[in-house]
Amino acid sequence: METLGHLAHGFSVAFTPVNLLWCLLGTTLGTAIGVLPGLGPALTIALLLPITYQVAPEASFILFAGIYYGAMYGGSTTSILLNTPGESATIVTALEGNKMARSGRGGAALATSAIGSFVAGTIGTMGVAFLAPVVVKFALAFGPAEYFSLMVLAFITVSAVLGSSSVRGLTSLFAGFVIGMIGVDLQTGQPRFTFGMTELLDGVDVIIAAVGLFAVGETLYMASRRYAGKDEIVPLRGSLYMTSAEWGRSWKPWLRGAAIGFPIGAMPAGGAEIPTFLSYAIEKKLSKHKEEFGTVGAIEGVAGPEAANNASAAGVLVPMLTLGLPTSATAAIMLSAFQSYGINPGPLLLTTQGDLVWGLIASLFIANVILVILNLPLIGLWVRLLKIPAPQLYAGILVFATVGTYGISQSPVDLVILYLLGAAGFLMRRFDFPTAPVIIGMILGPLAETQFRRAMTISNGDWSVFYKHPLSLTLLTLAFIGLVGPHIWAYVEHRRRRGPEHVPGDA
Amino acid sequence: MLNRRRFLMSTAAAAGAAGFAGLHLSPAFAEGAPQIQIFVPAAPGGGWDQTGRTMDQVLRSEKLISGSQITNVGGAGGTVGLPQFINQWNGKGNSLMVAGMVMVGAIIANKAANNLTQVTPIARLTGEFEALVVPAESPFKTAADFVAALKADPTKVPVAGGSAGGSDHILFGLIAKTVGVPATNLSYVPFAGGGEALSALLGNQVAAGISGFGEFSEQIKAGALRLLAISADKRQDGIDAPTLKEAGIDVELFNWRGVFAPPGVSDADKAAMITLIESMAKSDAWATECKNRNWTPILLTGDDYAKFVTEDTARIEAILKDLGLA
Repeated sequence: METLGHLAHGFSVAFTPVNLLWCLLGTTLGTAIGVLPGLGPALTIALLLPITYQVAPEASFILFAGIYYGAMYGGSTTSILLNTPGESATIVTALEGNKMARSGRGGAALATSAIGSFVAGTIGTMGVAFLAPVVVKFALAFGPAEYFSLMVLAFITVSAVLGSSSVRGLTSLFAGFVIGMIGVDLQTGQPRFTFGMTELLDGVDVIIAAVGLFAVGETLYMASRRYAGKDEIVPLRGSLYMTSAEWGRSWKPWLRGAAIGFPIGAMPAGGAEIPTFLSYAIEKKLSKHKEEFGTVGAIEGVAGPEAANNASAAGVLVPMLTLGLPTSATAAIMLSAFQSYGINPGPLLLTTQGDLVWGLIASLFIANVILVILNLPLIGLWVRLLKIPAPQLYAGILVFATVGTYGISQSPVDLVILYLLGAAGFLMRRFDFPTAPVIIGMILGPLAETQFRRAMTISNGDWSVFYKHPLSLTLLTLAFIGLVGPHIWAYVEHRRRRGPEHVPGDA
Repeated sequence: MLNRRRFLMSTAAAAGAAGFAGLHLSPAFAEGAPQIQIFVPAAPGGGWDQTGRTMDQVLRSEKLISGSQITNVGGAGGTVGLPQFINQWNGKGNSLMVAGMVMVGAIIANKAANNLTQVTPIARLTGEFEALVVPAESPFKTAADFVAALKADPTKVPVAGGSAGGSDHILFGLIAKTVGVPATNLSYVPFAGGGEALSALLGNQVAAGISGFGEFSEQIKAGALRLLAISADKRQDGIDAPTLKEAGIDVELFNWRGVFAPPGVSDADKAAMITLIESMAKSDAWATECKNRNWTPILLTGDDYAKFVTEDTARIEAILKDLGLA
């Protein structure tokens, strides 16, 4: 196979000692910045762009790819341990991961996320190497109408995270919509809900909202309960890593997560968040341990989304390397690095810069291996964080959340937003409203709105685009099945169980 | 803040690779060359940031400065950073802010309290001309075909581009105005980034696209998009397409970028800064960078630049009013 030859050549580029060192450096740096809520891979790579003046193109892309993959690993660590997501793609990980950590299975949560990231990252990278031309064709078939239908499907599936009361869950979801609307409306350029504040024109950063609602809200809640109950430090239960039962419950979610994450990541407007929501919903549906979701933490709810976000990170590279389309902030900055070398990224990149592209792909495989080697031993260290007594631990989380938020854009207004949302998170927790739907509303609401209005602008106000496009119709049908299917199923089951009474003469 | 971050990162990097730490921290020292401060009112990675960082790189390699410090204050098309530059950087003669046409549009559309008459124009540096493209399968073969369809029914010609009120939208408005189509009837589909607009074109979701030429150049080369016209003032080497003017649409537009000093700097400082930027713009290193990045050097300094900014502001304000954005 031709691709294998290219790949072998790629490995020969990536396997030089210097390039391996760049890869190690990138993955370490990436893991570190992934842990911090304020510093993302896009910003880090932007700040490191000047090195493109000093080193060979292969070396700098290997470094950047390491940072990119590393951040995806690092982001889950704080989600699980501190309920403070480092990246928007790891928000879902916090839902079950933090519950697991609190019930003494933090090591297993970290292990399933690291190994799941490795498995999905490797599958995704293989997808980049072998399937890129096919996947990109599929991805381009997605227009605004299809994206909107995908959002509808996502909305139906996220009912899984609404919690026990749909009214409370929906209230949270709609609160998320409102927060998501803040800022300049992309379609018309008009400011919405900004109250004349320039700082609000770009909207509320979803990371700030997640850190505020999850971490700050939780901290305030803990502080308010300090004297009500005992100091809860849960000792580590069972083995540090995963038990064989946990392995058995993890491998299928890893594969499903990868299968969901890669194609959606490859879509120009797919992103890394939607596949994590979808994976979480599917795992919750399929799990044999539904009672663990939202209580002691279900390992499937960590394994699936973590795999999905790493596979989507690989997916993002598909349009970037095959068409020169940057579909995420990180990809856009990596493309501008290509330009510093006088390379114009585009559909001809693979033919004109084969060495570089295949070296990059090979280094992604290597980065994945380095990351899993780097992260597994760290778990023993990380879980010790949980042995810190609650007052000190929560004080630390507060400092960490504050510093990280300030780091996003050095804006004091962000800090005010963080603490306002923290107070809101506290009240929601106190009155038993789930916080996760707020974040989901913030992400999905504006996306769905934008795609809907784009579709309507293009079709000149004709609604039929949503059911005349076959892909869109398929997605809407799936959403419909997702909505009514369980009810029909329950009804049929009910009838079947009562069946014999109604069928006289049946043996 | 950024310096600390750069420092931390450089330190982390040094642990892995020798020689890397020196990158940010020890710029080559030139005898008597000044130290300057560059204020970028946008997050790292975008066009203004790249302009600032490229300036820093070229100025240092030409030994025109001993080093520079870059500060990013991003948000709302530069209107978050502008008041900070006006108030807190007042009188700092060694400082420059990177800005451009996008900020002019954002100031008008956001009804910002501050504007570019409050800072000191130093030089217009570069411009990116825009391109009008259609998917390869499109029935439009020439700009005239596109205009004919637009005149027949503008709502049937959805055009993709960057954010509402940005340079792409402004150019579309100017084209429509010139050929006599009411701007309010246009079907403009804004996308957040060039990549998304590009994929809508490649997926045949829209009739045409308008964006910086660089966003489309590789797709044009590969035959996935057809270039109908460019918004430059004259034909460009190696680009097989007419200018809008040649195609009968009397519009010319450069998405320009330039630098401003803060308010309250002395005339001597202003003159020195103009000289510094002129020497940079003349260097081969600058020419190479511009070529690599598809930037057209359109140097204009001092009072001429001030006059240009005033005229362009008036033109943009008029078209944004027509589009219902101002």
